[in-house]
Parts: sequence; structure tokens; C-alpha cells
Amino acid sequence: MAKSQSRSLDRKKLMADPIMMTTIVLIVTFLTLFILYPLAILLVDSFYGENGLSLDSFRRILDMPNFRTAFWNTLKVGMLVGLLSTAVGLLFAYVEVYVKLNKFTGGLFKVVSTLPVVSPPFVLSLSMIMLFGKAGLITRFLLHIYDNSVYGFWGIVVVQSLTFFPVCYMMLKGLLKNIDPSLEEAARDMGAGRMKVFTSVTLPLMLPGLGNAFLVTFIESIADFANPMLIGGSYDTLATTIYLQITGAYDKAGAAAMAVVLLSITLMMFIIQKYYLEAKTAATLTGKASRGRTLIADKGVTRPLSILCGGVALFVMIMYICVPIGALFPTWGYKFTPLTFKWFGQVFTKYKGLKAFTDSFTLSLIAAPITALLSMIISYLVVKRNFRGKGFIEAVSMLAMAVPGTVLGVGYIRGFSGGLFHTGFMQGIYGTGLILVIVFVVRSLPTGTRSGISALRQIDKSIEESAYDMGANSFKVFMTVTLPLIKDSFLSGLVTAFVRSITAISAIILLVTPQFLLITVQINEFAEKGAYSIACAFATILIIITYGSVLLMELITKHLGTSRKMKEE
Amino acid sequence: MDKVKKGVRLEHISKIYQDPKTKKDFYAVKDANIDIEPGSFITLLGPSGCGKTTTLRMIAGFESPDEGEIYLGDDAINSLTPNKRDTAMVFQSYALLPHYNVFDNVAYGLKLRKLPKDEIHKKVMDILDLVELTGMESRMTNQLSGGQQQRVALARALVIEPSVLLFDEPLSNLDAKLRVSMRTEIRRIQQRVGITAIYVTHDQSEAMALSDKIIIMNKGVVAQMGTPQEIYYHPVSEFVADFIGEANFIKGTLLRQNGEKAVLNVEGHEMDVIASAPLEKGREYTAVVRPESARLADEGGLPCEVSLSCFMGSYQNYQVMVGNTLVKLTDSNPKNKKIYNVGDKCSLIIEPEDTHII
Repeated sequence: MAKSQSRSLDRKKLMADPIMMTTIVLIVTFLTLFILYPLAILLVDSFYGENGLSLDSFRRILDMPNFRTAFWNTLKVGMLVGLLSTAVGLLFAYVEVYVKLNKFTGGLFKVVSTLPVVSPPFVLSLSMIMLFGKAGLITRFLLHIYDNSVYGFWGIVVVQSLTFFPVCYMMLKGLLKNIDPSLEEAARDMGAGRMKVFTSVTLPLMLPGLGNAFLVTFIESIADFANPMLIGGSYDTLATTIYLQITGAYDKAGAAAMAVVLLSITLMMFIIQKYYLEAKTAATLTGKASRGRTLIADKGVTRPLSILCGGVALFVMIMYICVPIGALFPTWGYKFTPLTFKWFGQVFTKYKGLKAFTDSFTLSLIAAPITALLSMIISYLVVKRNFRGKGFIEAVSMLAMAVPGTVLGVGYIRGFSGGLFHTGFMQGIYGTGLILVIVFVVRSLPTGTRSGISALRQIDKSIEESAYDMGANSFKVFMTVTLPLIKDSFLSGLVTAFVRSITAISAIILLVTPQFLLITVQINEFAEKGAYSIACAFATILIIITYGSVLLMELITKHLGTSRKMKEE
Repeated sequence: MDKVKKGVRLEHISKIYQDPKTKKDFYAVKDANIDIEPGSFITLLGPSGCGKTTTLRMIAGFESPDEGEIYLGDDAINSLTPNKRDTAMVFQSYALLPHYNVFDNVAYGLKLRKLPKDEIHKKVMDILDLVELTGMESRMTNQLSGGQQQRVALARALVIEPSVLLFDEPLSNLDAKLRVSMRTEIRRIQQRVGITAIYVTHDQSEAMALSDKIIIMNKGVVAQMGTPQEIYYHPVSEFVADFIGEANFIKGTLLRQNGEKAVLNVEGHEMDVIASAPLEKGREYTAVVRPESARLADEGGLPCEVSLSCFMGSYQNYQVMVGNTLVKLTDSNPKNKKIYNVGDKCSLIIEPEDTHII
């Protein structure tokens, strides 16, 4: 049997659609050039030295004690953060889905789940230092401990767990909601107590989902750059070591080899998570719950759980609030009154704040619509169309999710500083705003694509087919049918891309040149120098911008929202 | 519609798919040769997975055939994309554009053809009148009932005046009563417009009610093609006979044949049948007998014993055993007739004209 005729016909049909054809070619080129190529060049760099193909670079970095330490540090932190985040996330999810909550605790849950999405990555590190460090509000002034050190292993673990557990909470909440309550009722009916039901029914059903949550946070933790940088002190992880290898030791080849090591770990975890655990989770928890669950209202259960979760949530919120308040104190740790706006003033008068905000804002504003549109087009192609190269597009845009920012940054340095394959071609983009915009796009693309894909899967394939059948070409179908139907997803992708870009640091810090001042890089610099008040002032304005844009988006969706007309019935 | 009617011709059409589990290629459609006359209503009928929808989607252009050529009128259309083909499809899920109202849904295809505004308006209104949806133009599609959505889908397909109208199980989401009235409606509109229509369904009564011709498909192969009567009374295989209506398959060896009249030995008894072709003496043949064309009597036919007798309202449902052969029969309007009970020994009467040898 030969499928050659249908293949050639499909090719002909594709050729008859030049816009679609061009789009596919452009996307494939973009993904190859800006995701695959920088990673490939890292491999080439680290396996191919002056003596041809060899493992020399790896031998060299293995001989470095700082690499060996960083390697184990990274794994240790990743493991513990993965476990802690999953456990706390499960607790929150369980309490929300199974336990009757009062309004206040329920509201706390919602805030806690959205905070980490919109805040810059290192805010918690900053407030951790300000609350528990040597001049910490809690350690020094409440507990009178004068030499407490938050820097190091535990600092990273606490901060990362608090940053990442909301992700687990959101993931596990969705899964718990999919458990059919009658399964647990059946177990209770046969005589199992609540604890027994949890350990013998709920937990086993959740196991793949828990594994999934663990791996996702594990990957996030070992890829994280900002927190270990700020609160790690002398405790280095792979991400920070790679950064120092480039900025401190000027050893780009060594950094490339380290980046390959870090990438292999995240990639391995990502593949397990994506292709094994996700499928398994979907297989065990498919059905929608047939009806509502009877919530646990027993005060003996609800009270301690609410207090526990409420406490954690409140603590997280205090940590976030600490940043704007810190910016209002005359001198953090020494002089608290009267509250002052002088730091905010200095941001603009002394520290070129206006330029930093304009640069960050402009670059992110350019990157956001490109990312949103690109991810919607990719989702459309992946979900709705059939063509050769579709697998490639899907795989590469998902692959970007597993690439730590630092690795990407090193890849761009190696791949573009001397031009493509060190030939000088395209060298022009290195050091420009263009490459920063591209990095922003690449970093936010996976999230946008994932949300676009899941939005499009909800839409019956025949709706687009019917438009196509009525005589619309692919471009028309996309513009008049697909995009209007996923407008919500597009808008939220727009905002997410903007927020992610303006708060990004890991890849950017390696690529930014003095001609651009970026807020996140500035905050990092001030925090490193111990200028917490000014760092807080910068961070506060950043948080206001990100929160403001999220609120703006919600407002827009509410009024222009796609689906308003469709939903009202 | 003043357009020239066009037929559709499928020549040696095959489509190969890959089984997602075993990774093996198989024929979803194999060597289909179908010739559809202009203006006729034909139905592709078969169980799920028989290749009927694949065939329809190949005609629409969503799938490309692996062998053969599809003609619309005299033009080969294999390499045309769906938007360039002069066909319009009514989808199983209706596939109305949820962000448009009824008017805009119907006008969508006309706007793509860049017709002047007032002409679009006139055409849409005319077609909405035809499908009896006047006054509904500004409704959103989710404010319509299933049957109304179905009419919008039909109007949207009709308004662009395609050469061929394609239906992909359009009634399967409606409830039973509505299904019956909608199929009458579809037939009425098709006759009125005089358009060529190809209709896919797994519902045999729908196929009977709608079609000039039925094409029965099984495992990717065309099993039989003919008018509803031909298919019902002269099925070519057990599969066809069983798929269209209920059927008894009575097996017997040929004792003798005289022209059309033949006699089979069924469970040791003689049974008269009609044979349209010369049969081979001593070989086993199967006589197809519809349940409604057999009846029970006290004597005069094949001796049998009643194993099931069940009152169904408009008819009495029987199962009888002739030796080891089970025969199902229905006796309509049983009110004033003799009812046989389980265990009764009686006689099964089958007129030779009501048999068909396969």
C-alpha cells in the first residue's frame, strides 16, 4: 500500500495556499534559528574542541570543585523544593476541594494562587532577606537575633517552595475536582474511615498527578536563576555557576558544557513528565465528577486545616507586602519613621529609573503581541491542520519549556555573538534590542502555545472546516473564525507574555548590553549591593505595572470578551 | 437555481489510514466506483468505520484519496482544496460559527464571494424563508433549538448554490421525533432546489426515506448500490440483508430447479423459493426472508414450534424453531388474529415470491 498519492495531493493543496505555506516556513525557520540552533551550538561547543570530537570540556568542568558542588546543590535543592511544593500544594488543593471554607480563607487561596504569576521572580528572596536577614524586621527587631543568616541552602529552599507551591496547588486542584465523589463514597460505604479513604482511594488516584507536580517544580527549581542569585550567598547552583563562569571567569566553553549538563537534566525530567506522567494522569483521572461533593464540615477537621493553610497564605502575602512597605521606610532595618517617598523619587532622579522602565516596558510591549499571535498560530497549526513538519513545530515549541533561561542565554551568546556558526552572518542582532525581544518571545512561547492548544481543543474541528468548505482560505479561516473564538486565550496570552517579559531575568541578564537598562537587572544589582530600599522601590513599581496590566486585561475581557454573546443564554 | 446540475463520479477511489495502535496501514476505503447522477439524492449507508464519512470527506476535499480520481461534473478535483470545490457540507455537529448570528452565519459564504450587500441580503432572506426560519436572523446560534440550528446549517450550505450538497450524519444529534420531521424537510428542500445530494448515515430508515439510491458500505468496500426497493428485496449478501431491516437467513440444499422455481431442503422439509439464476444441485443456499412476509398457520407449511411470542402493540412478535433453524416473524395488527403461544406446534408459511436466494 502506498500513500504517495494522498501525500502529493496534500502537498499540492498546501501549495495552493501560499499564506499558510509561508507561515509554516517562517515558523519553522524561527523555531530552528532561535530555539534549536542555540542549543545545538552548545552541544557542538562542548563536544567539539581543538582536538576534534572529545569529552575534554566535560572533563575540565568535572575537575572544577565549584561545578561539582553546584551540581549536587542543584539536585538537593530541586528535590526538596519539589517535595515541599507538592506537599503544600496538595494540602491547599485538598482543603479547597474537600473542605468547607469560610469566605475569608477562600479569598486568601485565590490571592495566593495568582500572586506568583504576576510578581517578579525574586520578590520573595528580597522580602525574605528583609524579614529574616541580619537586619531583618522579624529576626532583629522582634526576636532580637542579630546574626541570623538567611543566605544558603535553606533560604533558597524556603523561597522557592513558597514561589512554586501555588503552581502545584493549581495543578492538583484540577485533578482532585476530576475525581468522581462516588468512588470515595463507595469506600466510605464499605466501612473505610476518612483517613483510610484518603490513603487508599484519593492518594493512589492522585499519584501520577503528584509525580507530575513534583517534576514540574523540580524543573522550575533547578532552572531558577534569580532566587539562588539573591539569597544563595555562597551556595551556588548550576544556574548561578554558569552565570558566574561567563561573567566572572570569562570561560564561555566551560559555561557551555555546564549548560549542556543542566539542560540534559531538565530535558530528561521534562520528557518523563510530558510523555509518561501526563498520559498516566489523564488515564486515571479522565471523567468529570458526576455531581457535587459533600464537603467536610466537621469543625474538628475544618478548623485546624483552615488555620494551617490560612497561616501559610497569610505568610506569603506578608512577604509580598513587605516589598512596597520596605520602599517606604527611610532606612530599612534602622529607621522606620516617618514613611517617605524619597526612594521612589531617587529611582527616577538618581538611578535612571525612567530609562529602565521605558526600556523594559517598550521591549516587553513589542514582544507580547508577537508572542501571543505566534503562539495562537502555532496552536492552530498543531491542533487543526495536518501537514509535514507539524510534529517538529509542536515538539520544538514545547521543548522551549524545558530550557532554563540561563542555558538559553549561554546558547545565544555562543550562537550569535560571532554570528551564525561563528561566520559573522547575523552578528548584527547580537547586543541589540531585537535579540532581547526574541528572547522574550522564546521564553513565553511555550506557555502561550499550551494555553492556545487547550483552548482550541475545546472547539469542534468542524467549525473551521465548515468555514473552509464555504470558500474561506486558511488565512480567512484563522482571522474570521479561529482567532475570534479564542480571543480570551489570545488576550490572556498577551498579558502573560508581557508580564513574563517584563519580569524576566535569567536569560536576559547574560545578553543585555549597557545601552539597555532593564528593571529586573537593576533590582538584582541593587539587592546584591544591599541597597534594599531602592531595590524595593523598583520592585514595587514593577509589581504595580504587572498587576495593573492584569487588571486591565480582566476589564477588557469582561467588556469586549469574545464569548460574552455566546455565553449568554 | 439556474445553475447547471452536476453529478459526482468516483473512479477506483481508495484511502489508506494507519492504525494508531498497531502502526499498520489499512484501507479505510477500497476501490470505490460510484457514479452519482445530477440532481439525485444518494445515501452512503453503513456501520461506523465502514468508510462512508471518509468517502464524503474526500469528495469535500478534507481528505486526499490514495488511489483513483474524483470528478465533479467532468472536472477532476483531486488536487483542489475544500474552499475551491463547488461543494457545501452540512456537518454532524452543525458547525455553526458561534460568534455570528443566524444572518451572518448564512451570509458568510456569500461575503467571501464578495457579492454586493443588497444581493447578499436578498439571498439570505430567501433561503431563510425556504428553511422556514424567517424572523430568526438576529438570533445567536445558541439561542436556537437543535432543529433550528440544523436548518441554519442547511441554509448556509444551500445559499452558496453549490453543485453538490454533502450531509455528514446531520440528524444524529436530534431526538427521534425531530429526526423524522427533519428528514422529510431535507427531502422536500432537495427536491425543490433539485440539487445533487450525498448523504452519510448509519440509520437505515433515514436512508430509505431520503434516497433515490442507497450505497451500502462495509469495511471500506461498496457492498451494494441500488434503489431502496432493490436493496431491501434483493440484497446481495447477508451483510446487506441484515443491515437493511431485519432478515431471516434460512439455509437449505437445492433439491431441484425448474426455471425460476426451485426447492430447497430445509431441516428435512421442502421449501419453495424463487431463484433468478441457475443454481447448483446439492449445494447449500441461503434464502433471505423478511419477518413481515412470513406468517404462522395451523398447517400447510414448514412444521415449527413457537419459542417466543410477544405482544408489541401494532404487531405480534414471534420466534419459531424449524428444526434447529430460528425464524423471526412479525404479524401486524394482531387484534383479531389467532395468537400462538410459546410451545405451540404449528406451521410456518412463506410464499416463494417473498424469498430471495443469496
